[in-house]
Amino acid sequence: MYKYLIILLSLLAVQATSFASPEDSTHTQNALHESGDHGQGACGIEQHTEFDAGSTALHHIADANVYSIGPFNLPLPCFLYVPTEGWHVFSSSKFDIGHHGTGHKAINGFVLDGGTVRRVADESFPKTEVQVDGFKHSEEDGKFVSHVCYNGQLYLTDAKSTADFGVFGGGITSFYDFSLTKNSTSLLLMTILLIWVFLSVNSAYKKRKGQAPSGLQNFIEPIFIFIQDDVCKPFLGNKWEKYLPFIMSLFFFVLVLNFYGQIPFFGGANVTGNLAFTMVLAIIAFLVTNFSGNGHYWKHILWPPGVPLYVKVILVPVEIIGVFIKPLTLMLRLFANITAGHLVILVFISLIFIFGNSGESVGASLGASIGSFLLTMFMMAIELIVAFVQAFVFAILTASYIGAATEEAHH
Amino acid sequence: MLFLADFSPIKPDFGLLFWSTLFFLIFWLLVGKVAFKGIANGLKERAKSIQESLDEAKKARVEMQNLVSENEQLLAQAREERAQILREAKEAKDQIIAEARERAKSEGQLLINNAKEAIENLKNEAMVDVKNKAGLLALEVAERVLRKELSNDDAQVNYVQTLLKEIK
Repeated sequence: MYKYLIILLSLLAVQATSFASPEDSTHTQNALHESGDHGQGACGIEQHTEFDAGSTALHHIADANVYSIGPFNLPLPCFLYVPTEGWHVFSSSKFDIGHHGTGHKAINGFVLDGGTVRRVADESFPKTEVQVDGFKHSEEDGKFVSHVCYNGQLYLTDAKSTADFGVFGGGITSFYDFSLTKNSTSLLLMTILLIWVFLSVNSAYKKRKGQAPSGLQNFIEPIFIFIQDDVCKPFLGNKWEKYLPFIMSLFFFVLVLNFYGQIPFFGGANVTGNLAFTMVLAIIAFLVTNFSGNGHYWKHILWPPGVPLYVKVILVPVEIIGVFIKPLTLMLRLFANITAGHLVILVFISLIFIFGNSGESVGASLGASIGSFLLTMFMMAIELIVAFVQAFVFAILTASYIGAATEEAHH
Repeated sequence: MLFLADFSPIKPDFGLLFWSTLFFLIFWLLVGKVAFKGIANGLKERAKSIQESLDEAKKARVEMQNLVSENEQLLAQAREERAQILREAKEAKDQIIAEARERAKSEGQLLINNAKEAIENLKNEAMVDVKNKAGLLALEVAERVLRKELSNDDAQVNYVQTLLKEIK
């Protein structure tokens, strides 16, 4: 197990240092994202001229209601819920999607800003299909605020409700977005792919009983055996068969989505780098761990044996916090690693535009292209390892938590 | 300095929470319970069959070795038997020759003895013959002598006397 630990630590170190760089580049100026034919100068919105690496990077790692691959904006279905109005279901193509996923139209009070649906809660805003003239982004009390310009007037837009309860600047707003977004569409595609792959591999095992593996089976088998023999068996003891499906599901789900997000020029869906996704996996891991916890496990948390009372006073709260810290670290580790990787690659690519001064200096951008290319290739190679290691770490840690919860008393 | 883009991935929205849960549970329940179990069982079965094949091969090899050594043993035994038979045959031959020689010897001896005996007998017969003939001659001679000598009584008495003495 030590070799894995060393690999893991070295990669985490790389990640920790690389996470610092994108933060510097998030300092941005007052600019607007709307460009093109509409709303130039309307509502006093200044024309966005300077390239902003931070905004670009954050825009690309964000979830979106439109799937942009190269110049194509593939529309996605929107399922929007407003508690006072009920459901709104329509295709995001109705927003008339332009550059940077900015919608030129408002639909039933919803607008598309930077690829994300926002809602104008103002009663005076028309609840039909209308043209809008761009968005004005600003900061109020350290929070990102977006106004939409309609008919020469600025209207405040609400972001969709988020489940962080204000911790990360989100919270419950006037509407909920249950749309099949870029991330959830990627999830759907990858789930279908995984189901197809594993069901066909499974049938291959039934058809070719006792024979050598072939085709897809050959590809899956070494990975499967690796997780089975190096994760499930050592950590779960004699219960490994019971928890094998769960650990395998976690591993392959995370692995495939990690890799999917790194396919260049393919939208770069940042699914495993989205806290919602890692939160779901962490919560399920938390539930599985604690529902399979035996008396021995709970006794050690709630009333550790062989410890004097004054130590128990300290130890018990620590153990109880630990129960929640474990899934929390699972959630944050995967999120931070994948998001950081995406950000670093985006920032390296942004170097071309920063050095080229948004296309004004061709020579500088050519020079920067070479440097950026090398840096990006290096980072992408690292990210491929990170994609595997993070999936492996998620699986191995979950297995170790379940293993600790189901361990029989041995003293 | 304004924060113009939203760091939204850190804000978990309900849509993605819902879809992630749904897709993961579908994947876990469908693939996890069916395919992963099936694959794990398939692997286990194959490992078992490979182990069995290996064991069988080992057993077959041991049996082969046993067969070979048995064959060798049989061969050695056959060779030994052959040698023994040859030895016995030789012994029998020697014995027969010796016996024949012995018998020939004894029969020869017997013949010689018989011949000797016959010769002795013939010799004895001849001797008896000779003795008889000599006796007869002597008698004749004696008769003639006596006829001439014993013409008087005294000489006769004297002669009887000497004969008596001789007999005594």
